[in-house]
Amino acid sequence: MIRGEILEAPFDLAREVGAIALAGVGAVASFSGYVRGDGGIIAIELEHYPAMTARVLTTLAEQASNRWSLSACTILHRIGRLVVGEPIVLVAVASPHRAEALEACSYLIDRLKTDAPFWKKEIGSDGRSDWVAAKLSDLDRSANWDEM
Amino acid sequence: MLRVVYFASVREALGCDGEDHLVPETVSTIGDFIDHLCDIAPCYHSAFADRSKLRFALDAHMAKADAVLGDAAELAVFPPVTGG
Repeated sequence: MIRGEILEAPFDLAREVGAIALAGVGAVASFSGYVRGDGGIIAIELEHYPAMTARVLTTLAEQASNRWSLSACTILHRIGRLVVGEPIVLVAVASPHRAEALEACSYLIDRLKTDAPFWKKEIGSDGRSDWVAAKLSDLDRSANWDEM
Repeated sequence: MLRVVYFASVREALGCDGEDHLVPETVSTIGDFIDHLCDIAPCYHSAFADRSKLRFALDAHMAKADAVLGDAAELAVFPPVTGG
């Protein structure tokens, strides 16, 4: 069961995790990211490349499912304007054992950050807005999965 | 005709989210095409000034600057991604 989706509205973490925690599954791991409020940030705007994003999310989910024998994998990513505290992204995976679930979850958020065409702009309380710069540490984390 | 689409800071720098361009016969790769745009108007020259900060996709698949355009219908130009 693979699901990769772009959403404008918030997602329900408990419902999404519950949907893959089917009877008999051994382990479910999830990561969810929220809008941080540091540095006077009040909101972010998320832009994406519609022709590409959903396919990239589905491809990442398929890659993880093959590498760790997952029974289910959900990747949800928001777009549009999100205020501090709103959920941005959810990665949730189900597998027979915890090690696979935790590794797959980590792999998916690391790869999503470098491979999926989303761009964040931070909106400050003073009205200023700035595009977020990509981090080298994110590239390193993503590349590390090639060597494992 | 090549559809060229722009995102995030590149879109804002150019003031447009996409346009159609004829590809000259001398242009083979994405990098060649970016050079060509920089030659035809100053706006591209400033928007594409730092090539290390440009990323590309051909028909919605990530591609490097040395990728051949071939018969691709759409080229996307954007800064490094920052989702998640």
